[in-house]
Amino acid sequence: MSTVINPVIAPAPAAAPFQPGPLGTHITIRGLTKYFAGWPLYEDFNLDIPKGKIVSVFGPNGCGKSTLINMIAGLIPIDSGEILFDGKSLAQTKIGYVFQNYREAMFPWLRTIDNIAYPLRLEGRSKAQVEARVEELVASFDVKFDLNRYPYELSGGQQQTASIMRALAPGPEVLFLDEPFSALDFEMTLFIREKLQEVFLQTGTTMLLVSHDLEEAVYLADQVLLLTKRPTRVAEILDYTDARPRTVETLSEPSFIQMKKLSLEIFQREVRK
Amino acid sequence: MTATTATGATPAPSTATAAAPAKAQPAMSKTQPAMSKPPRKFDTSRLLPLIGPLALFVVWDLVVRLQLVSPVLLPTPSATIVALVKGMAGGPLLADFLSSLNRTVQAFLMAGVIGVPLGVLLGSNEKAYRSVEFLVDFFRSTPSSALIPLFLMIFGVTDMNKIAIAAFAAVLVILFNSAYGVINARKQRVMAARVMGASRWQIFKDVLIWESLQPTFVGLRSGVSMALVIVIVAEMFIGSDSGLGNRIINAQQVLNVREMYAAILAAGALGYVLNILFLVLEKRVVHWSGR
Repeated sequence: MSTVINPVIAPAPAAAPFQPGPLGTHITIRGLTKYFAGWPLYEDFNLDIPKGKIVSVFGPNGCGKSTLINMIAGLIPIDSGEILFDGKSLAQTKIGYVFQNYREAMFPWLRTIDNIAYPLRLEGRSKAQVEARVEELVASFDVKFDLNRYPYELSGGQQQTASIMRALAPGPEVLFLDEPFSALDFEMTLFIREKLQEVFLQTGTTMLLVSHDLEEAVYLADQVLLLTKRPTRVAEILDYTDARPRTVETLSEPSFIQMKKLSLEIFQREVRK
Repeated sequence: MTATTATGATPAPSTATAAAPAKAQPAMSKTQPAMSKPPRKFDTSRLLPLIGPLALFVVWDLVVRLQLVSPVLLPTPSATIVALVKGMAGGPLLADFLSSLNRTVQAFLMAGVIGVPLGVLLGSNEKAYRSVEFLVDFFRSTPSSALIPLFLMIFGVTDMNKIAIAAFAAVLVILFNSAYGVINARKQRVMAARVMGASRWQIFKDVLIWESLQPTFVGLRSGVSMALVIVIVAEMFIGSDSGLGNRIINAQQVLNVREMYAAILAAGALGYVLNILFLVLEKRVVHWSGR
């Protein structure tokens, strides 16, 4: 209300001209600044995130991995800076988000199928359209459990599968995944990892993955984004180019082991600094 | 409606054999494959809840038999039960029981209709809630019975008076719980809705209202108990010609202790059944609670 009467005047644009990222950039982050309790977490942070790639974010504890993707996804306000998706603002961009804690991300008062359909209903799609899209998702995820159950009646892995389906339902341009596997057992982690890769191969959706498990981070990634301790900067961006679909065999390939080793070295160097 | 739930939910002090299978029913109907249950084996642990009431009756009976308390002050339990059953089976006790129930329900409905929407509304605007928080907390902490004289001045010695003061007591409890339900809604669910592009209104109706349901039920349950307490007190002290409170005080004045204890037990049973009723309702509506 008060903002209507006394509109907040946007500060004059900074003198520095906007620098677009290289060709194939999807998300450009310029001059991102975020303070926590008076201390800088991010200060004048710049980053280009490529389109149609999976980028894994990895870094020391407390460097703000999740905070970074939450700021990009608009869940945490930024102090200053600019984040654009193909030149568009967040409001003009369709995004999907998968939380670590699926239990508190799903709506337990809705059946699982209605949870998945929820973002479609928000878009105001017709009943037939919603049904068709949900069926499509069920087919592509090869769902074996009963979606008419309530989320709390499903196992953790099934709930996380459903919440990934929900995030993908509207066909987002970017999918954010905040430690999606860390509350799951190993079997489910493997299963969902494969599903994510399948979906990525099908749709080529840009994905930003925060992970605390280096193997997982490298396995899914086209790019591993390594961050420093706070105030957080980019330590290194590593390209990992092994062909997809990657399988369990990939885990023992020399190129994979090499990539993991390199990432670990950079990580340790940053932790010790 | 009340009659069926009463038999279904109360491990009533009436008869042991009837209580045990009746209590099992709601649990059976919840787990769907009821048919696959093995033939009913008698589970002695089901009888545990009966031990307390039975022990009370035995002690009570002994106290009277051994003349530890004058029979003028304390009737035997069996005499009280007989008076209770007779009175409730179409006797004058039933009329008073229904009259108290009627007032409690009216007061509770008024409180619910005002308290829940107002609480949810205040809760969804934390600044608004903070500005009235002190008033809510203060009057919530004030024993409502202390306000009886005030209400007497406003409403006079009427039926409306009893209902109004009971509603006032209940509305604050209900409002407070609903408001906190919204305020303490899981932040992550709100974020999940927002990231999917929900507007403020959509977040309110699709997330906040649902999140507040469980605390709202806690409020409704406390509210109905509160309403009953105040109705009984009001019936005792605000001129009244009906109701359990009136009956208890009248019986006391003529030392008709049998009738008095029967009315007390009836009031207790009413409160107990109302509580159970709301617990069952809550389990049905807020099926996800605690999972």
